[in-house]
Amino acid sequence: MELEIKNGVVFDPLNKVDGEKKDILIRDGRIVEKLKGKHDVIDASGKLVMPGGVEIHSHFAGGKETAGRMLRPEDGARTVYPKRNGLRSGSGYSMPSSFTAGYLYAQMGYTMCNTPAMPPLFARHTHEELGDVPIVDKSAYPTFDGNWFVMRYLKEGDPDKLAACVAWFLRATKGLVIKIVNPGGTENWGWGKNAVGIDDPVIGFDVTPAQIVKGLAEVNERLKLPHSIHLHPNNLGKPGNIETTVETLELCREVKSANARQTVYLTHAQFHSFGGDSWKNFESKADELAKYINRCDHVVCDTGNVTLDETTTMTSDGPMEYFLHNLTHLKWVNKDVELETAPGITPFIYSRKNPVHSVQWAIGLELALLIDDPFKVLLATDHPNGGPFTRYPRIIAWLMSEPYRRYYMEERVHKGAQKGSSLATLDREYTFSDIAVVTRAGQAKALGLSELKGHLGVGAHGDVAIYDIDPAQVDPSKDFKAVEKGFAKTAYTIKDGEIIVKDGLIRATPQGRTYWANPVVDHELDREMLKDVEQYFKKYYSVNLANYPVQKEYLKRGREIQIDARDVK
Amino acid sequence: MKEIILKVISQPTVGLEAENIAPKVFACKSSMEIAGLPIYEGNRERRLGDFFDVSGEAGEAEAETRIVIEGDVRLTKRIGQGMRAGEIHIKGSAGMHLGSKMRGGKVTVEGDCEAFCFQEMRGGVVHIKGNAGNYLGSATRGNWRGMRGGTITVDGNAGSEIATFMKGGKIHVKGDCASFAGVHMNKGFIVIDGRAERRIGAEMIGGTIVANEVEAMLAGFKPVETVKAPEIESEKFTGNYKKYSGDHADSRAKGTVWVKIQ
Amino acid sequence: MEIHTDVICPFCGTLCDDIEVHVENGRVMEALNACKLGNAKFMSMNKKNRHIVPMVRGEDGFTETTIEDAVERVARMLVDAKKPLLYGWATTECEAQSVGIELAEEVGGVIDSCASVCHGPSVLAIQDVGFPSVTLGEVKNRADLDIYWGSNPMHAHPRHMSRYSRYPRGYFRERGQQDRTVIVIDVRRTDTAGIADKFLQVSPGDDYELVNAFRTLLNGGDIPDEVAGIAKKDIASALELMKTCQFGMLFFGVGLTMSPGKHRNIDNAISLVVDLNKYTKFNLIPMRGHYNVTGFSEVLTWQSGFPFGVDYTRGYPQYNPGETTSVELLSRGEVDAVFVVGSDPAANFPKKAVEHLAKIPSAVIEPHETPTTYLCDLNIPSAIAGIEVEGTAYRMDNVPIRMRKIMDAPAGLYSDREILEMILLKVREIKNGA
Repeated sequence: MELEIKNGVVFDPLNKVDGEKKDILIRDGRIVEKLKGKHDVIDASGKLVMPGGVEIHSHFAGGKETAGRMLRPEDGARTVYPKRNGLRSGSGYSMPSSFTAGYLYAQMGYTMCNTPAMPPLFARHTHEELGDVPIVDKSAYPTFDGNWFVMRYLKEGDPDKLAACVAWFLRATKGLVIKIVNPGGTENWGWGKNAVGIDDPVIGFDVTPAQIVKGLAEVNERLKLPHSIHLHPNNLGKPGNIETTVETLELCREVKSANARQTVYLTHAQFHSFGGDSWKNFESKADELAKYINRCDHVVCDTGNVTLDETTTMTSDGPMEYFLHNLTHLKWVNKDVELETAPGITPFIYSRKNPVHSVQWAIGLELALLIDDPFKVLLATDHPNGGPFTRYPRIIAWLMSEPYRRYYMEERVHKGAQKGSSLATLDREYTFSDIAVVTRAGQAKALGLSELKGHLGVGAHGDVAIYDIDPAQVDPSKDFKAVEKGFAKTAYTIKDGEIIVKDGLIRATPQGRTYWANPVVDHELDREMLKDVEQYFKKYYSVNLANYPVQKEYLKRGREIQIDARDVK
Repeated sequence: MKEIILKVISQPTVGLEAENIAPKVFACKSSMEIAGLPIYEGNRERRLGDFFDVSGEAGEAEAETRIVIEGDVRLTKRIGQGMRAGEIHIKGSAGMHLGSKMRGGKVTVEGDCEAFCFQEMRGGVVHIKGNAGNYLGSATRGNWRGMRGGTITVDGNAGSEIATFMKGGKIHVKGDCASFAGVHMNKGFIVIDGRAERRIGAEMIGGTIVANEVEAMLAGFKPVETVKAPEIESEKFTGNYKKYSGDHADSRAKGTVWVKIQ
Repeated sequence: MEIHTDVICPFCGTLCDDIEVHVENGRVMEALNACKLGNAKFMSMNKKNRHIVPMVRGEDGFTETTIEDAVERVARMLVDAKKPLLYGWATTECEAQSVGIELAEEVGGVIDSCASVCHGPSVLAIQDVGFPSVTLGEVKNRADLDIYWGSNPMHAHPRHMSRYSRYPRGYFRERGQQDRTVIVIDVRRTDTAGIADKFLQVSPGDDYELVNAFRTLLNGGDIPDEVAGIAKKDIASALELMKTCQFGMLFFGVGLTMSPGKHRNIDNAISLVVDLNKYTKFNLIPMRGHYNVTGFSEVLTWQSGFPFGVDYTRGYPQYNPGETTSVELLSRGEVDAVFVVGSDPAANFPKKAVEHLAKIPSAVIEPHETPTTYLCDLNIPSAIAGIEVEGTAYRMDNVPIRMRKIMDAPAGLYSDREILEMILLKVREIKNGA
């Protein structure tokens, strides 16, 4: 199967293509230099051509995601999607159901989505559900924040077994990335307590959040994983937490990167950039975080934009969700997972009239505008925590247009945002190339998947998004509505060389790949480590070890990334 | 105001969903166009005219349109859903979801109404001359924002869990009321002229309920005082009433229940 | 002899995964570690009278038919119906449930599980007030107080207490039973109450009043000298145990979900647990009955957004238990065909609902003979999930486990999933041809 995309205006930052008129050729699902025979042609004249979008952090599938849907039938009833043209039906405003999520992402031009907090014990659920998310390639990040094996090896000072154990969990859960959520805090939540500072003790395990973060960051590099550790630090969403955030990032400064990329990925940075010491004097510290990230090269973050919607918050940060529930008194789900982590869920209404929420809205944008290199600050709402992913086109328009932001500042949000943040003083406007970085190229690079994803060079997957925006005609600063509309639905989404979306309508729903990492450590070490695992399992887990690892059947189109880490012994 | 008359000519086998029977949809349409409107019998799309004989004339606007339904529409759901103005007069009994999310206008039912009617109502005037089913004027599943405005009067009895999560407006039941009247109520006003089954006001954190007689009060209700001929929510009541605060099962409780002393 | 280890027991929501099954010449010889209920399920594989062939009702009673004919009949019944009900789903694997959901959507029907007659009220309560919960391993490692309310695990979930709550040693509970306290609340002194440290006998139908009293006391209020048949001092002392424990659990069963007040009992009980978190760590888990009723809710929720009682007649999912749930739909005569998969509504639905079921076209997929297979116009026997078919099931705490296949089904039998796939294919064929 061959496809030619002719005359489009191409933005492909990883290959330094910045708005050139260029043809993209795809054969057998990959970008090629030349086509061989008869092929379909798409005339993309006057249209924006970018690599397929890559979602690096979105809670679109998994155990707590489904618990969130179950909790909120009122969110389901708010938006329904009828069955039509061979597409499955669905529902959900803040938390679309599985098929619908795949369609909506593809319609926005996304071709890969990663679900960022998979409790290992629920990995089977995550993969079952990922099988029902059509079109996009995907992966899941297993959580290690309260993992008893990790804490035990840290305490015993056995970094080799720790590395072998992490490798085993990645293999058992078919996960791609080491995810850490409120390190130590989720274990303490087992007693209704938390860990707010990086040196707080973890009850019963004699380790600290700092040890967990640093230890796992080092393991990550010893295992040569594609991505760095993916971190949600302690103290999310609390006034004054910027201090904890910077301290946490500083832990990873000296860690040596195995793959010439960041050594720590700070996710939903907005929620970690708070100043003040109460909600009364709450203010943005985006400038402080931006300054830090501008100065160093071991950190990449995503924004975690707040979009001012009624949404459903869901994280593996159980104590934070309980804290939020006590603020709002809205219904609250807790889902502590034995030996691993502690997810929680509660609905949340971000109100334009609320000063704190308005500052949060500003922080997400400030981060994007204050961090110089867009490869260091990627676009995400931590779907659905800051708002649903369907709001990405609006965020793109905000980033590209100072007048659009000013309109919001002056007319839409609480005046507190002007006082509590520097957003009103920022006149930077993102270019189309910057947008291509923060929605695809940057994600692919940070994930360590930039050979295949996030660019349009030869050898890349034939994943292309074509938007009905003509850069020669549209001035994003003035025509922000056209930008918002243009990024909402593609003219074409192409996945592995197949036309998936045409004029905003889904035409095909193939099954995407599921990527997972399999770092292979020294055989002897693996065996020694497994002896400990066996013993622990019997005593403390509620399932047998033999029934724990996710079977191959659950990955409808699995892609193993095997890594030789036999030097770990 | 102009009037459209729908006369029931045939009963569905599995119930109808007919959100198109609403003043806003009918306004500016001829009776022929109205007869051609889609309504749903299970998974089949049917025409309104398959089940109703349509006569009369619709108004130029929602507020100028009155719909009269002659016959029993107990199996017809969603009549008047989301209406903001105009009138619906049902000369029989009405099906589920009548007037759900209604914001204005007037609905009269000569007979009974089924469960789940007037959920999350925000405004308008409703008169049920017969009995009302469960969940009258309640919140939809999962929503913590129930009825916010308008008034509902029921001449007969009402089912259980009326006015769940109520946030405003008034419901007046002239007969008896089954259990859990005003459960999770937050604001608003319920008056029960007859007897309320137990668990009245359960988990209420605000709002006011007046009952002529109750089967039992929950332990979470604390007697406050006895008042002769009290004035409650600007309405005068005759006789002696015992005032309770509650439901103190919830630490935020600021609700009030008044019960007449017999 | 084949020895199968780490076998999952496809009986109750405890979903024990440590069964060792010995099979010799196609016969189950032993099911080690299983409780008496699980053991009986494994041993029932040896019964001789298994139906292999679909049966269709004619004028002279049931006659045998082919699988192809049976599939075509079910497909036609579903396509012809204006509002078919697809009910059951609690005793089959998620992979089959998933096909069932697609079928319901394809024919524009209503899909519902037995949750609507067991723990559906729990779901409604969760949707109103939330769900503070944990996995069962948390209970094993941490809990020092377990409350069973309206639940009698000694009989309904026999290994629940030995695996997770009363007896096991855990990381923070090294002495096992000695480190733990058990309270039972029930309308009668059950066998579980017999081994409890404290038993509260609530007067029948007054569970809500008792929760209300607990919460009122907890929030600093006062209560009458007796509530729900229990003396104030006993309520207060039980509450003191709850407030002062380190990690408390509330396990509740159909005694609470199906007693008067139904979902409101659970709603208030959940709120009690939420309130207790101001004092200590407290959570709850529903004692789900059928082994995969939880899995159905999970699959349906991620696919449609709603956990049971989903009405696809309009082409998109609508959810309103009390309206879109089986007993109400049947009792009100709102469905015109019924397709049952792995359940026995004829035995446990109210009379009015069963009467309507008997009047309309109906079919059932079911490995065994049941009142429902006699009542329906057509029955298709199937292989037994979790023993003859592998696949996913979700434990009562939502932990997903892959059930193992330990023996072949008798020749000629298909799995639920295979039969459903055939029906779905046939439905599409009929719709495209029409």
